[in-house]
Amino acid sequence: MPVISVTGLNLCYGKRQVLQDISMHVHRGEFYLIIGPNGSGKTSLLKGLANLLPIAKGKIEILGKSLTSYTRRQLACKLAVVPQQISLDFPFSVAETVLMGRAPHLGLIGIEGAADHALAREAMHFTDVAHLADRPLDQLSGGERQRVIIARALCQQPEIILLDEPTASLDPAHQIQIMDLMERFRVEKGTTVIMVSHDLNLASLYGDRLLLLHNGRVEVVGPPNEVLTAERLAACYGCAMLVEKNSLGQMPRVTPVPQKYSLVV
Amino acid sequence: MFSDLRLGVRLALVTIVLAGLLTVSFLLGMGIGPSGNGIFELLAAVFGNGDPQSVFSVIVWKIRLPRIILAAAVGSTLSLGGLVFQALLRNPLAEPYILGISGGSAVGAIGGMLLGFSPFPGMALAAFAGSLLILVLVVGLISGNTSIGRDSLLLGGVMMNAFCGAIIMFLISITQTSEVHQILFWLMGDLSMSGLDRLPVLLTILPCFAVIFVLARPLNLLLAGRESAASLGINVRRLTMLLLLVTTCMVSLVVCQSGLIGFVGLVIPHVLRLLLGPDHRLLVPACILGGASYLILCDLLARTLPTSGEMPVGIVTALIGAPLFIVLLWRSRRCR
Repeated sequence: MPVISVTGLNLCYGKRQVLQDISMHVHRGEFYLIIGPNGSGKTSLLKGLANLLPIAKGKIEILGKSLTSYTRRQLACKLAVVPQQISLDFPFSVAETVLMGRAPHLGLIGIEGAADHALAREAMHFTDVAHLADRPLDQLSGGERQRVIIARALCQQPEIILLDEPTASLDPAHQIQIMDLMERFRVEKGTTVIMVSHDLNLASLYGDRLLLLHNGRVEVVGPPNEVLTAERLAACYGCAMLVEKNSLGQMPRVTPVPQKYSLVV
Repeated sequence: MFSDLRLGVRLALVTIVLAGLLTVSFLLGMGIGPSGNGIFELLAAVFGNGDPQSVFSVIVWKIRLPRIILAAAVGSTLSLGGLVFQALLRNPLAEPYILGISGGSAVGAIGGMLLGFSPFPGMALAAFAGSLLILVLVVGLISGNTSIGRDSLLLGGVMMNAFCGAIIMFLISITQTSEVHQILFWLMGDLSMSGLDRLPVLLTILPCFAVIFVLARPLNLLLAGRESAASLGINVRRLTMLLLLVTTCMVSLVVCQSGLIGFVGLVIPHVLRLLLGPDHRLLVPACILGGASYLILCDLLARTLPTSGEMPVGIVTALIGAPLFIVLLWRSRRCR
């Protein structure tokens, strides 16, 4: 049984329809990547899965139950979201932020106990931010902040974790660090990882399956070598793409082709 | 270090220290005034050794005590209101007065007064309606768009204030009775008109405090953003509506009693956030106690600084608060 199952989904931002007739099925423990050009509806799809956008048409099932039958709290116990950015106007410390992941398990007026503090500590060690515990969030680098938000999600003990471009604006070393962290998360905790990414090569290196969105519709779903073909990418992105085999593990490696080389391809 | 202590211990420490401050402010407010100073006379009056009919005793019990209780209620409500608005609108400069919420309740209250409503519940309800109207306008201005948030919110509030000010002036200009002076004094923020009989009305703010304290942890989650809070299991819309209603209710209630006292909701939450960090489970009780002490002390200044008579306490709070607001605005621009 898939952990997430979407059939015939339409999503709207106000009056504007951003997703049309989306169907997708994600299996337990899968590393599932949503890719596509700007404005193709990747982030909207992620918000739809987290019940942050109302469903205009169709059905989303999480762990075999309709998404709309969950209360926010019940959903938060099963599914964690790592947003692209969180507000830093009122910076909490790293430890306080991570501990907030316990909120759905505590209810409205619960107080964190020793077990919750232990979980938060474990999560901070897992994402390697324990040494920053007392630092306010606004004093951290982008990569550190992203690891803190991932630790908060870990602290939520979810079965599914959704991430919205966690590697955007990070240098290559930090990109790999975040991706490795999510791979470890998936393997060690058995968590299903669904990630929106702009980076086709990271998607190719880590994804079990990729879903390519184009103009609000599913173009194709499948393993990287089936999805990342030169013709399809050129059609979706409107730019010539060179697709080769990566010598690391035979996954496709994608290079957008600059105009001056366009005759070579 | 303070932040290493457990939440319960920190909460107890904060409460004890600030309750101590409140006690000291209370005694100062009771003991000092134009008509006689002296902690010994005060203690005598309080513990019944003095003559209960003496002038000093009457002043302490009948004039200063109600005034101090009113100051405490108004101070705690306004600082708590500032704290909640800052969190809900995720804008460190939000405050009931700056947003125009206080102005809206003033319009309602004056309108109610001129229509001959009784102070309670008639005027209070009119004030509540006025502030709700402004709240809907201000929130409507920013809803659906988080990126324009900060500046347009403040600008919107300034305009609301200007508009409410115009309506108030209009209402005053068509008033022909001797009430004009009284309304003007009340507008500047004045605590001198309180009597013991008005105080039971203020008890209705206590349930509001309780609701906000219970909701302090969800409020923390809201600070990281609406979607982030929703994904942590918070029903953001319901929480926001409940808090806005409760806060507006208590603010309009105290505005009816005290008039427009500005910047309390800016100064106190900021000072306390600097000292205690952003955790609302500490800040809510701290704002209640700290705000009460602050306004008692401001009122003490308002009573004792002028060589003859006294000035409205709103002048003191604005003299302290407005420069702080400008400093904060300047700092927040520099950070970006």
